[in-house]
Amino acid sequence: MGRPDWSQGAGGGPFPGIYFKRVGTMDYFLELFFGGLTRGSIYALIALGYTMVYGIIELINFAHGEIYMIGAFTGLIVAGVLGTLGFPMLGILFVALACAVIWSAAYGYTVEKIAYKPLRNAPRLSPLISAIGMSIFLQNYVLLAQTSDFLPFPKLTPDFAFMEPLRSFVSTSELFIIGSTLLVCVALTLFIKYTRLGKAMRATAQNRKMAMLVGVKVDKVISATFVIGSALAAVGGVLIASHIGQINFYFGFIAGVKAFTAAVLGGIGSVPGAMLGGLILGWTEAFATGYVSSDYEDVFAFALLVLILIFRPEGILGKDSTQKV
Amino acid sequence: MTSPLLELRSIDTYYGNIQALYGVDITVNEGEIITLIGANGAGKSTTLMSICGVTPPRRGQVVFQGTDITRTPAETIVAMGICQVPEGRLIFPGLTVSENLDMGAFLRNDKDGVRQDMERVYQLFPILAERRRQAGGTLSGGEQQMLAIGRALMARPKVLLLDEPSMGLAPLVVRQIFDIIKQINKEQGTTIFLVEQNANLALKIGHRGYVMENGVITMADRCEKLLADDSVKKAYLGL
Repeated sequence: MGRPDWSQGAGGGPFPGIYFKRVGTMDYFLELFFGGLTRGSIYALIALGYTMVYGIIELINFAHGEIYMIGAFTGLIVAGVLGTLGFPMLGILFVALACAVIWSAAYGYTVEKIAYKPLRNAPRLSPLISAIGMSIFLQNYVLLAQTSDFLPFPKLTPDFAFMEPLRSFVSTSELFIIGSTLLVCVALTLFIKYTRLGKAMRATAQNRKMAMLVGVKVDKVISATFVIGSALAAVGGVLIASHIGQINFYFGFIAGVKAFTAAVLGGIGSVPGAMLGGLILGWTEAFATGYVSSDYEDVFAFALLVLILIFRPEGILGKDSTQKV
Repeated sequence: MTSPLLELRSIDTYYGNIQALYGVDITVNEGEIITLIGANGAGKSTTLMSICGVTPPRRGQVVFQGTDITRTPAETIVAMGICQVPEGRLIFPGLTVSENLDMGAFLRNDKDGVRQDMERVYQLFPILAERRRQAGGTLSGGEQQMLAIGRALMARPKVLLLDEPSMGLAPLVVRQIFDIIKQINKEQGTTIFLVEQNANLALKIGHRGYVMENGVITMADRCEKLLADDSVKKAYLGL
C-alpha cells in the first residue's frame, strides 16, 4: 500500500479518510486500529499542550493548533533545504524535527509573553479572547508569508525491508508516529514526576500562590510549560505532515479543535488524561470511518464528547473542578 | 539593643484601588513570638502577604536583617529565610506528604540536610511519618496544618509566619499545634510571627502583641498587658 491514497477520502478533519477495502477482514480491522492509533497519537501530542497550559493557568490556548502548524511548516522548509543538499532521509527527519521543535517552542514562548502574560490578573475572558486573536493572527501570518495553497510535504520516513509483511495494515510512518508519541509520553511523565522543574510545575498547577511561597519562580514555570507544550505539538506536526504528504496554513485549526476535544475527553488539566483522550478519539474516528462512513467521522467524535460532558463532565481521568493535578 | 530582625515601616498595601493597610508599623526581634490579633478582614493576612512579596506594599518599607525587601520577589524572600504557613494551609493536594515537604525545601541544594530536616519534621509530627506516601489532600484538617508547618520548616526559616493555624480545628488539636509552635521557638530559636483570631490562645504563647482594626494597628504591647487590657478583653476575649 505504501503511502495511503487519500485522494478518494471524503472525510473532513486533518487526516482524510483512507479506508475503503475488505470490510470485515482482520487486515481491515488492524488497518483501522493502527490508523486510529496514529491519529490518536497526534491528538495526544497536541492535547498535552492544551492540558498542561490549562493545568497551570486555566487558559485554553487557542493558538496551540497554530503552533503545531508552524512546526510542520518549519519542518517543510528544513526538509526542502536539506533535500536539495542531498541529505539522507532519516537525517532530514531528525534535523527537521529538531528545528521544528526549537522554532515552535520559540513561538509558544513569545505568544505567552505577548498575548497572555500582560493579562495574568485580568478577568478570565480577556486572555481567552487574546488567544483566539493570536490564533487568527498566526494563521494569516503564515497565509501571507507562505501561501494559501496546499504544499506537498516530502515523505521523511524510509520503508524498511522488515516492514514488508506488515504493510497491508500499517505503514512505517504510522509506526514512527506511534513510537515517537510513546517515547515522548514516557519522557514527559518521568520529567514531571522526578525533575525539579516538573515538581515546580505540579506544585504551580495545584496552588500557584503556595508555589510562590515555597520559592517557585512561577513566571518561569509558566514559560516552560508553553515551551514544552509547543515542542510536543511541533513533533506531531512534522510527523503527521510527512505521513499525509501535504500542509497548508489552516491545517492546525481542525487538528487543534480535535486535540482540544481529546483533552476535555480525558479530563482537562490531566496529563495521562490527554494521552488517553487522544487515543480514544483517534480510535473512535477511525472505526466510525471504517465501519460506518467517513462522513460520520466528526459526528462520532463530537457525539462522544457530548456524552462524556453529560455523564462525566470532569473528563475520564479529570479530578472534580476544585482540585486539578 | 541590637537592630530588629524584621521591621515593617508604615506600609500601605492595596488590592487594586482598595487600600487594605494604612501605615502599619511592626517590629519583630530575633527569637520572639509576635502575635497579631484582629477581627476578620482587619488586614492580618495582607500584612503577611506584604512581608512575603506576594502583595508588595505601595508605600513604606519592609526591612529584614537591615536589607530593604519591599520590592524583592517572593522566591528571593523565601531564600532569605522568611517562610509563611498561609491561611487555609494550602497543601498541594495531589502531592504526597513527603513530596509536600520536599517542595518546602525547593530552594535548597543540600540533599543530606534536606533529608535530615525531613526526619526532624517526622519526629515533630509522627503522624506525618505514618502518612508519608499519602496524598496531601486526603489528610484531616489538623494533619494538613501539621504538614503546612512542617513544609515551612523544611526551608530552615529564620522567621516563621503563621496565618491562623487554629482555623477550623478541634480544641485538642489546636492545643497540640500551639505546643509545637512554642517548641519550635524554644528549641530551634526560630522567630515566630503569629496571626490569629483566637486571641486568648495567641496572647498566651506570644511575647509581644499587636491589635489590628481595619488595616490600622491600634495597640502594641507585651502580651500579658494586652490580655489584661479592658478593651482587648471586651473586643477579642469575649469577657
